Amino acid sequence: MMHDTHSTPTLSIQNVSKHFETGKGTVTAVDHVSLDIQQGEFISIIGPSGCGKSTLMNMIGGLITEYDGSILLDGKPVRGCQPEIGMVFQEESTFPWRTALDNVAFPLEAGGVPKDKRHVRAHELLDLVGLTGFENHFPSELSGGMRQRIAIARTLAFQPRILLMDEPFAALDEQTRLLLGDKVVQIQQKLKQTTLLITHNIAEAVQLSDRVLIMTFRPGRIKRVVEITLPRPRSSEMVGSEKFAAYVAEIWADLRQEASKGLKETEAAAAH
Amino acid sequence: MITSILRPPPIIARMAFFAVLFGAWEWASRMGMVSRFIAPPPSEVLPAISLLYHDNELVTRFLRTFGQVFAASGIGAGLGMIIGWWLHHNKNAGRAFTDWFAAIAAAPLVLLFPLFLVLFGRNASTIIAMGAVAVLPPIILKTKEGLDHVPHVLINVGRTFNLTRWQYIHLIMMPASLPTIFTGLRLGLVFALINVVGVEYLIGFGGMGLMIAELGDRFEVAGMYAAILFVVLCSACFFWFTARLETWLLQSR
Repeated sequence: MMHDTHSTPTLSIQNVSKHFETGKGTVTAVDHVSLDIQQGEFISIIGPSGCGKSTLMNMIGGLITEYDGSILLDGKPVRGCQPEIGMVFQEESTFPWRTALDNVAFPLEAGGVPKDKRHVRAHELLDLVGLTGFENHFPSELSGGMRQRIAIARTLAFQPRILLMDEPFAALDEQTRLLLGDKVVQIQQKLKQTTLLITHNIAEAVQLSDRVLIMTFRPGRIKRVVEITLPRPRSSEMVGSEKFAAYVAEIWADLRQEASKGLKETEAAAAH
Repeated sequence: MITSILRPPPIIARMAFFAVLFGAWEWASRMGMVSRFIAPPPSEVLPAISLLYHDNELVTRFLRTFGQVFAASGIGAGLGMIIGWWLHHNKNAGRAFTDWFAAIAAAPLVLLFPLFLVLFGRNASTIIAMGAVAVLPPIILKTKEGLDHVPHVLINVGRTFNLTRWQYIHLIMMPASLPTIFTGLRLGLVFALINVVGVEYLIGFGGMGLMIAELGDRFEVAGMYAAILFVVLCSACFFWFTARLETWLLQSR
């Protein structure tokens, strides 16, 4: 839709809407969202809290199956969890009773891959996310950033064609977030991984993405798509550049209106 | 220096506590402040443990009691985990019956022994059944609590990896809830030991409980205290063992 290509999109979201019944009536979380994602693209969705970003992510990931519209994978409609789509969550999602190595090997173990083979693969993925030497550490012995890298490696072990990341670095400090952004860029470039990122952070979205989708406050619609033409490979060093700052300002100009609406509604709800 | 005396290591503090306790007991008994027929001094009680071994088949009775405790714990734990899983899985049942089990956990279940005596007779079945009944409530409640509190994000991780139902249970639900279930298991084992020894004492059948009752009936007060002390020591060892087992199991999940 937004991307100028004639090939069948890897992932196509067509007129997807989601309504929730609450005590105060029906709430439309996502309203007629359409989006095409090509193979190898990195797309970020940014929007104020409560705009339906995570709901949209959960519908694509198959965790929400009741919705209007359709989601197509290689042109074929899908509903529910698919092995081609992997998810990294905002919350702490590593298994605390497993070592880093066994966490990463988890999907392979579930898939019946023999121990020696899955450990070889898990070692490769830990190396990819920069955690060589921490194979036998438990998550409680690692920092938040390291745990999220384990979660990313674990999802990649499943070899998904599409990687969905729901604010994976939200709980981290800004410096760690920027450095992990570099790591995600490296991984994405190396694997040519089609990636969809949900974030609140404009700089993160600009640093990582080919396109940034700005969502409106409730009901969640795509307000605008910003194409990021910064040269690749990118790194956090770009954050200080003039062009980077221009993209951040451009996105913030649109996002500010939506964030203000969200803030007013939250304050009004609190006043009642 | 002063700080290290005021804050001794835990093992030293424990030993000092027992030394003071037994010293005060010995002193009170020797001074005639406590009748020797009510509480003979430790210097008479501790040697009586060897008499228990020689004259009262201590090992056989110990094995009988602990065999019954393990049988009761096994039955209670198995049944309790199944019921706990059901209460977790069936939300209506969980809402309807969880409070009942919490109330039962607080009740003196040992008073049910006449009913079980009628049902099973004066034999090991009654003791094992009474032990199992004591194990059930903590296991049921802790199994449900553990399963209810598995972080939703871990369940979602399982869903995205398309786990089978069995994989979902043994790779995520059980390991995630194991620490809480184990708390119930430890409580249940202690309750089982209390009930088994108590019912043995009440119905005059079995191992350690019967031995305590017999020594009391024969006015072998030092021997009776030695037997009680032995059960307390066994209970402490039992608790320590389950703690070690818990650590080992949690590490090898």
